[in-house]
Amino acid sequence: MTTNYQLKRADFIFKNENDWEEVLSKNINRSPQELINELISSELKGRGGAGFPTGLKWKLSAEAVDETKYVICNADEGEPGTFKDREILSRVPFKVLTAMAVCGHVIGAKEGYIYLRGEYFFLQPELNKAIGEFEYYCKEINLDFKIRIFMGSGAYICGEETALFESMEGKRGEPRNKPPYPSSCGYMGKPTVINNVETLAHTFTIFKYGAKRFYDLGVQYSRGSKLFSVSGDTPKPGIYELELGMSLADFVDEFGDGDTKAVQVGGASGFLVPRKRFSETAIGFQGKLTGISLPTGGSMMLFNSSRSMFNVLDNYLEFFREESCGQCTPCRVGCQQLLKGIKAVKRGEKNAQYLDKLLRLAETMQYTAKCGLGQSVANSFSSIVENFREEMIY
Amino acid sequence: MAKNIKITINGVTVEIEPGTTILEAARQTGVIIPTLCYHKDLCVAGNCRVCVTEIVGQKRLTAACATPCEEGMEVLTNSLKVRNSRKHIIELLLSEHNADCTRCYKNGNCELQLLASEYKIMTQDFIRLVPFKKYSIDMFSPSIIKDDSKCIRCQRCVRTCAELQGVNALTVAHKGDQMKITTFFEKTMNDVVCTNCGQCINHCPTGALVEKNYIEEVWDAIADKTRHVVVQTAPAVRVGLGEELGFEPGSRVTGKMVAALKRLGFDAVMDTDFTADLTIMEEGTELLTRLKKVLVDRDEEVKLPMATSCSPGWIKYIEHMYPDYLDHLSTCKSPQQMFGALAKTYYAKARNLDPEKIVSVSIMPCTAKKFEANRPEMHDSGYRDVDYVLTTRELAIMIKQAGIDFMKLEDMHYDRLMGESTGAGVIFGATGGVMEAALRTAYELVTGRDVPFENLNIAPVRGMDGVKEASVKIENPLKEWAFLDGVELKCAVAHGLVNAKKVMDSIRSGETSYHFIEFMACPGGCLGGGGQPIPTSPEIRRKRAEAIYAEDEGMPLRKSHLNPEVIKIYKDFLDKPLGEKSHQLLHTKYTARERF
Amino acid sequence: MNPVSDLIRNLADQYGRNRHNLLPILQGVVEQEKYLSEFSMTEIARELDLPAADVYGTATFYSFLEHKKMGKYIIRVCKTITCSMKGKNQIMLAIEDMLKINVGETTPDGNFSLLQTNCLGFCHKAPAMLINNEVYTELTPEKVREILSSYLKKKGVHNDN
Ligand SMILES: Cc1cc2nc3c(=O)[nH]c(=O)nc-3n(C[C@H](O)[C@H](O)[C@H](O)COP(=O)(O)O)c2cc1C
Ligand code: SF4
Ligand code: SF4
Ligand code: SF4
Ligand code: SF4
Ligand code: FES
Ligand code: FES
Repeated sequence: MTTNYQLKRADFIFKNENDWEEVLSKNINRSPQELINELISSELKGRGGAGFPTGLKWKLSAEAVDETKYVICNADEGEPGTFKDREILSRVPFKVLTAMAVCGHVIGAKEGYIYLRGEYFFLQPELNKAIGEFEYYCKEINLDFKIRIFMGSGAYICGEETALFESMEGKRGEPRNKPPYPSSCGYMGKPTVINNVETLAHTFTIFKYGAKRFYDLGVQYSRGSKLFSVSGDTPKPGIYELELGMSLADFVDEFGDGDTKAVQVGGASGFLVPRKRFSETAIGFQGKLTGISLPTGGSMMLFNSSRSMFNVLDNYLEFFREESCGQCTPCRVGCQQLLKGIKAVKRGEKNAQYLDKLLRLAETMQYTAKCGLGQSVANSFSSIVENFREEMIY
Repeated sequence: MAKNIKITINGVTVEIEPGTTILEAARQTGVIIPTLCYHKDLCVAGNCRVCVTEIVGQKRLTAACATPCEEGMEVLTNSLKVRNSRKHIIELLLSEHNADCTRCYKNGNCELQLLASEYKIMTQDFIRLVPFKKYSIDMFSPSIIKDDSKCIRCQRCVRTCAELQGVNALTVAHKGDQMKITTFFEKTMNDVVCTNCGQCINHCPTGALVEKNYIEEVWDAIADKTRHVVVQTAPAVRVGLGEELGFEPGSRVTGKMVAALKRLGFDAVMDTDFTADLTIMEEGTELLTRLKKVLVDRDEEVKLPMATSCSPGWIKYIEHMYPDYLDHLSTCKSPQQMFGALAKTYYAKARNLDPEKIVSVSIMPCTAKKFEANRPEMHDSGYRDVDYVLTTRELAIMIKQAGIDFMKLEDMHYDRLMGESTGAGVIFGATGGVMEAALRTAYELVTGRDVPFENLNIAPVRGMDGVKEASVKIENPLKEWAFLDGVELKCAVAHGLVNAKKVMDSIRSGETSYHFIEFMACPGGCLGGGGQPIPTSPEIRRKRAEAIYAEDEGMPLRKSHLNPEVIKIYKDFLDKPLGEKSHQLLHTKYTARERF
Repeated sequence: MNPVSDLIRNLADQYGRNRHNLLPILQGVVEQEKYLSEFSMTEIARELDLPAADVYGTATFYSFLEHKKMGKYIIRVCKTITCSMKGKNQIMLAIEDMLKINVGETTPDGNFSLLQTNCLGFCHKAPAMLINNEVYTELTPEKVREILSSYLKKKGVHNDN
């Protein structure tokens, strides 16, 4: 497939992986320091949403002193509009397994876990088969590294790294206070690297082709390519690997249905961008680009003019109200208030100024919530209410 | 030691030890940051978010209770951003809360109410969520009322029940807007492993967990002229009550308390300390008997170590958690129940009263005693031995209701017959006190000499360590106790059920071999009981303990067996410790219960 | 011996008896029983030596660990944004109509329970649903009726009349 747009397709993630054994045996013979440097110079940032530099993450865990450490692959993929991680695990599982083992070698971990969301239960048998084959090879090359699948059971918040640890420890998935951070105190209180499935797949590319191949893609602050999960009002929903840094206008040209009113970038916890801001919005990590730049876990939902933005926001808020772990006040009560609030405005029980109070509340949630869930409710809330205020009222 | 670090709080530079949280640093420098989920006794949760503060340079606010200081941090605790956010959070809590203060038991002593009043939350802009919630109130327990509509979900109770008590009767269930504090399968509190210890009440910032109060019932009884209302006061009440009535923690108000009780209209004001001394006679004798049966008679039926039985929270705990160890419990009733049984027999006879007309009230630092008084087996007098149990807090409420200016009261003495006590009875109120009192008497019974500790103060069993150990070597005993010669009596003391669990597990595993163990359900012993004034904290409990030991030192008699009224009751009524009458009135049996 | 107790013992033998083995064990019971009864949770608490309240608190956190009796087949229809845009309501109506139950209910014969759930990660093929662990995507009312009919014909599913 080719494209005339600025949209640059890439094809690394799903490229065949017959050579994973070679990549593995080659890289576990490199020094941890060398591997970390390679990652750092690639400027790979986490693909799970937060965008933390992966090389630095591994470095911090490598420096932590402990007999026991863990590598965890975050396959909880619960963000509405995201479906790329499942695809990676079902199509190129060995890349992820290899990356985990290399990470284990770098930080000094002998155990890895894949936290797989309960909704993907059907994936388990295949993945276990792959793990069996992988571990067999590890034994052959005398690499002491084991990988287990840990199943989630239907809780979006367990994608948050510390909630995920709690969940694996057999508890309620309530996020922990940070600090301490996972690099020093993660699963079972041990130093832990936790990476998104896609992040790990990219490290495979980097270890195979070298940092430069990766670095040369994308733009400053947002290097490399990324999988985008495209859904909503689009003629071609699906998963696409694109270079970072593209403008949203180009994206909509390619994927829109000609009537795109707004795009939700980054899922329910991301931002809604209205048509008038498409051209000034670049897709990548925070940094000074032209206009705004948005981090994204890769979810791109398109809405055409037939869609009511009130309904969209209503749906998101209901999602957060249910999926909040409920422990902290701003998120637990805030989500209920935002949801009830917009409904009350819509029904005329509260006047339009109440929306401003709710916007301030959303801001408070962003400042004070304990974890990323509560903190990011304001993203979609404010961007929708500010850009589509009339739709909220009438 | 790591070097101190420097931060600024509201522009003022402070030097603190590394690892100090922002909250602790602020408190050290006299800056108050409001908190709700934080409690000194518990691990940090960081979930209420009212303690948020601004760190210059960071967009998001930081929970002061959960964040360690870092070199160079500039903390603002009262910036506009902080104030607005905090106000929002309090408003949010109130929107979910059945804020019906005038009808709330905690009105006037509620952390949420205090915060709302500090921040002058006068309007309710947010939508009231209460009508949409299916809140329920659990009033089935004789000790505790749990009202979900008053709960702010700070999880202090859950942490208390798990960390201090190791009972885990409470849990957080569900998530999101449905999240709530509840029990296994949302059963009532009296239908689960709850020990009624009331520690969750003491640690709850709101009216969501309170004691079941019997104030009106007691007023009714007092008003009923056909009734003779006797009241007993537990040792720990006299060092706690003052806190509810304007005194500093650690104030001893024994004489004023007696005066107040008389003014309230009780017909006789007597002292649980008396039955505490009696307990020592019974329990001490029981211990020595058991020792003899085990050491001399090699009776396999008789179990050592013997465990004390005066803490009903502990009793319910062992019934649930270690039902196979009930034989280890002393068969002595708690002092409250001994008193109750005697009030309607011995006292009634001596005063020539119809026991049916006696109403027996007790003032306790404890909510488990409410449950205990309700136990079906506690009817050995032929009537219900104790009719109403009030906590220290409830007594304070009655004193206020009666318009008594407590500070101005002249000290008065307890009434006779069951009102005399010794220092040994008083220290029952502190962890280690029963042990100390028992050793003072048992050692002397066996050897004819004072226990070999300076000034009778058995230091190893005092203090706030969770598990304390002591051993006393018996040398040159009197002839009848010759078999104890050279025996090293090994004792342990545990307070807080989580420590009781440690000791019990060590017994089960065979790691330890004690002869005698004192168990108290509550941290610090009864002085930290679930019915004591709120707030509680390690410092407050330490002060109450100091007061108890001061009270002991000030007593002319400090050994239970010297209590003249105890001597008299054996002469006139009971005959001898472990005698037939004792068995009937002062001893009891236990019920194995389900752990799950 | 009760079969659930046996199941729990076997699961504990397989996964271990530590707190961090709790979730796989809960999942194992749900896999077999479709839900966690009071009895199951008590047995798990006993087997793992955990407070029963903690087992309950943990189980109720996870939406796939049902604690009310469920049917043999649990239908979970995605109600999140894309599915909702792409006709989830019609799908719900079709199922409710066919099985004569509302959301949250179980058919009287105990075969089907109907629930809604959040994003299943098949937004590009919305609307989507799960029946037990099986995913069905790009649903239409007709397709749903076909799928349900095929379940109704399955062995073990008995028709009412
Ligand atoms: C509410 C919430 C949900 C999250 N869900 C996921 C998820 O499903 N998958 C994921 O990889 N990261 C998720 N994250 C991000 C993780 O906390 C963590 O940052 C990520 O796994 C780190 O991996 P990375 O550095 O490779 O991105 C979530 C974060 C939050 C706050
Ligand atoms: S922000 Fe929400 S999800 Fe995160 S800890 Fe608070 S209540 Fe839980
Ligand atoms: S709990 Fe506190 S704030 Fe709530 S009604 Fe009672 S006194 Fe008022
Ligand atoms: S009374 Fe004691 S045992 Fe019962 S719930 Fe409260 S803290 Fe737990
Ligand atoms: S019952 Fe009290 S202590 Fe427990 S969570 Fe509610 S408010 Fe907090
Ligand atoms: S007191 Fe700090 S978050 Fe509750
Ligand atoms: S919204 Fe239904 S599968 Fe994602």
